[in-house]
Amino acid sequence: MKILLTAKGTEWDSQMDPRFGRTEFFFIYNDETEKVETFDNRAIENEAHGAGPKTAQKMAEFGVNVLITGNGPGGNADTVVRQTGTKVFVGAGSMTVKEAYDAYKKGDLKEA
Amino acid sequence: MKIAIASGKGGTGKTTLSTNLASLIAESTAVVLTDLDVEEPNSGLFLDGKLIHHEDKFKMIPEWNKTNCTLCGKCQEVCNFNAVMKLGEMILVFPELCHGCYACSELCPENSLPMIPKKMGELKHFKLPNLDFIESKLIIGEEQAVPLIGQTIKYIDDRFTETEFKIFDSPPGTSCPVIEATKDADLILLVTEPTPFGLHDLQLAVETMKELKKAYGVIINRFGIGDTKIEQYCVENNIPIIAKIPNSRKIAELYSAGKLLYNELPEVKIELEKVIKFIQKYQEEIV
Amino acid sequence: MKEIVVISGKGGTGKTSVTASLAFLGGSDLIVADCDVDAADMHLLMKPVNSKKESFFSGVIAKIDQDKCINCGKCADICRWNAIPVIDEKYVVQPLDCEGCGYCALVCPVQAISMNEQNVGEWIISDVRTNTKMVHARLGIGAENSGKLVAKVKNEAKALSDKLGKKFIVVDGSPGIGCPVVSSLSGANLVVLVTEPSVSGIHDVKRVYELVKKFGIKAGCIINKADINLDKVKEIYNFLETENIELISEIPYNENFTKAMTMGKTIVEFDPDGIGEIIKKSWEKIKELAR
Repeated sequence: MKILLTAKGTEWDSQMDPRFGRTEFFFIYNDETEKVETFDNRAIENEAHGAGPKTAQKMAEFGVNVLITGNGPGGNADTVVRQTGTKVFVGAGSMTVKEAYDAYKKGDLKEA
Repeated sequence: MKIAIASGKGGTGKTTLSTNLASLIAESTAVVLTDLDVEEPNSGLFLDGKLIHHEDKFKMIPEWNKTNCTLCGKCQEVCNFNAVMKLGEMILVFPELCHGCYACSELCPENSLPMIPKKMGELKHFKLPNLDFIESKLIIGEEQAVPLIGQTIKYIDDRFTETEFKIFDSPPGTSCPVIEATKDADLILLVTEPTPFGLHDLQLAVETMKELKKAYGVIINRFGIGDTKIEQYCVENNIPIIAKIPNSRKIAELYSAGKLLYNELPEVKIELEKVIKFIQKYQEEIV
Repeated sequence: MKEIVVISGKGGTGKTSVTASLAFLGGSDLIVADCDVDAADMHLLMKPVNSKKESFFSGVIAKIDQDKCINCGKCADICRWNAIPVIDEKYVVQPLDCEGCGYCALVCPVQAISMNEQNVGEWIISDVRTNTKMVHARLGIGAENSGKLVAKVKNEAKALSDKLGKKFIVVDGSPGIGCPVVSSLSGANLVVLVTEPSVSGIHDVKRVYELVKKFGIKAGCIINKADINLDKVKEIYNFLETENIELISEIPYNENFTKAMTMGKTIVEFDPDGIGEIIKKSWEKIKELAR
């Protein structure tokens, strides 16, 4: 299963990015292969409008099953995320990536 | 004659002035008041009119028709607003982001994105004695106020060719919605308050009016509360100060309850009459 | 680090005065961000100095290279905004009317049209008198306050806050319910709604709260001018209860707000024992809520 965490960096101890649409990086963990993949999403800064759906589209390309973030995607991005069948967990905005993953594993994060 | 009531800063009293001025004019002359602050229209809260017409306002957006679509992705490529997206074997359209340029629709090789009307807001037309009041309200989440403002002005232009006074309550700020709301006006009344925030935002509004080459004057609301820098600024820049609506807690109270001011407060009525005189004088000059 | 965003929906409720007061109380614990770039006023109270400015580009508009143009008129035909009139027998783009869709550039048979980024203003980092830094912006006339500019201001504020190890970012949020507010809210830990008990104040705060809800962000509310209409205050109570929003404080109608502003001061400096005391308590409560 692929789990995407919105992050401010590319390490397990990087801070989470609470934003979905304008998140700086994707931190993608595959818990079957135990491999980590990252994606630099910072070009999204150049979008005046519609950052959310664009990021969601990118996420879909990675074929992730679970999204862990801070506040959760806004309306349009949410539409895309739902289309892809990805499960969304929120409330991890001020954790590190590792903490967020552990919290998710323990069932401490709220499913949105 | 079209009169737009504007301000740089929100909360300076645009709506108070619009509703009171229109109601006072209506005591002698027919007038139409339009609330163009479509993100947060408030004038209607102060006017108890009878709803005589209600219509949904639409913008044109593409709708995906999958029958002939080859998923070539051209639509996504030509959209500058991230409003069309190819997701797997689907094309998604985000109506709130779409500006209605038709590029995706007309450049689609398979005609798979016909344009259809999509509701972006609603217009309501109320009738009071001698006063027509029109307001439009944007759907929450809809990002573009400008098309709705444009269509609302058109509603007025089509129906009120004979009406002497057309007053428009504009959105705050100096960005595109304000330009759309004021660009057709003959005269702009800028409402401000005698505070540092008021002065700073008035200066921005004045620059905007200069850029649009508009005739304008200033109405100072909550007069007496802050300092005299607004008056200095107006005098130095040859900007007419049309009226000074006094500051009082009583006004804040009446406003909070959605009541008009001038019946209970003669000092407000005097100032509104000055505004009417200014408008009439301006009208004589331009004729 | 916690991000606190102050919004109101309606203008004139005291949003900026309250935000500046919170910034004053938080002092060097926080970074100040002014995202109300349409009517950026916070600098009048915070008195920024040593400003570092950078131009800000957003959106594109079309430009026709007259040397390449063959006057076919295709661009004008497809433009939904009638932004390409013929002036002196030439097709010319009117910048204020151009929507930036780029359709014209796509249909031009000789590639005479380019889409160019517009300089719409500048964003600024300054030192402020509360012994910290402030990120703010200035928007050009007729320019659009976009999510991009608000995101830029917030990003810079966040980067600074991380670098300097601050506890909070206090954001003066954008007005209205459009894209800029959405961007102001993105990533926030707490939203502070500043409203007033008036028909319009309540109407607008309810509308903007619909957006807050979509993001699932915790919210608290400050009722300003709370004694001008007790019936309306009750209406606000009901709204807060229904939506499960914490009431942070109630501030009575007080002209000291304006007096303080006239002197370029926050209300906590001008009236420390009266209104200032209420705001001090509010700040303590806000810090707790943001935790």
